[in-house]
Amino acid sequence: MDAITNFLHMGGYAPYVWSSYGITLVFFIWSIMSPLREKRQLEKRIRRVIENEKK
Amino acid sequence: MIMKFIYKLGSPPYFYNLSSKLLPWFSWACIILFATGLYGGLVLAPADYQQGDSFRIIYIHVPAAWMSMFVYMVMAFSGAMALIWRIKIAEIMLINSAHIGAVFTFLALVTGSIWGKPMWGTWWVWDARLTSELLLLFLYLGVIALYGAIEDQRKAARAVAILALVGVVNIPIIHYSVEWWSTLHQGPTVTKFDKPSIDIRMFVPLILMAFAFKFFYGIVVLLRARNDLLWRERRSQWVANLFAEKDVTEDAK
Repeated sequence: MDAITNFLHMGGYAPYVWSSYGITLVFFIWSIMSPLREKRQLEKRIRRVIENEKK
Repeated sequence: MIMKFIYKLGSPPYFYNLSSKLLPWFSWACIILFATGLYGGLVLAPADYQQGDSFRIIYIHVPAAWMSMFVYMVMAFSGAMALIWRIKIAEIMLINSAHIGAVFTFLALVTGSIWGKPMWGTWWVWDARLTSELLLLFLYLGVIALYGAIEDQRKAARAVAILALVGVVNIPIIHYSVEWWSTLHQGPTVTKFDKPSIDIRMFVPLILMAFAFKFFYGIVVLLRARNDLLWRERRSQWVANLFAEKDVTEDAK
């Protein structure tokens, strides 16, 4: 238990260290999720384009 | 040989298929590098004798700062190819690198600021390193804004390519700023090849994290480029074939 508390404490620098890692995590998740979400919408739009071309 | 490969890479269906094959490899490499790099950096590396545990911010600050410059060089190189040969893929790589490049630059600035507070006693100083890195962020944002402002995609890409190339002058300024001007920012620790001034247990995770960031960039830029490419080529035969194939495999399930 102590090892984990010590680790999270970061020698007194916890707010600085963990906020840096936290901000990075948030931006990285957003960077990956936004093109994946875009792709799902894009596929629907392109299917519509292809259907229209066939007509 | 190289020219032939570049020529092939310029073909949209080839690029799309190649990136489909690369993405799983990049993802696994990225996961493994992040896992080992973070474990090494946060757990195994000893605390710094001067900075204590606050130095562990280095494992995101430095890779993010390196990537902010690396992605810019990719953008400038793609911009040159887009201007000279009018390669569509080069235009796509150029514009789709800008968002993730801006993210890396922003993270380098923010984590640097968070690190600066306990070490320097201030969040920010207007010295050469910090100011030139801030300028880099504005260059990325300028690229994104300029691209959005011009309706014709091909014309927009050429305008953006010129902006990206002009901005390259900032890259050596960022790199050498800590040597040319006196500053609070410390000098280079890693690129001194003769004698790295860093413990090996601190150094190895940094390299792992640097590669993790590179693969992360690879994943993001490919995901974005593929979306962009599909939409630009939506009326072409290979995209129609791709979606027809998809329907067949989905029906089979």
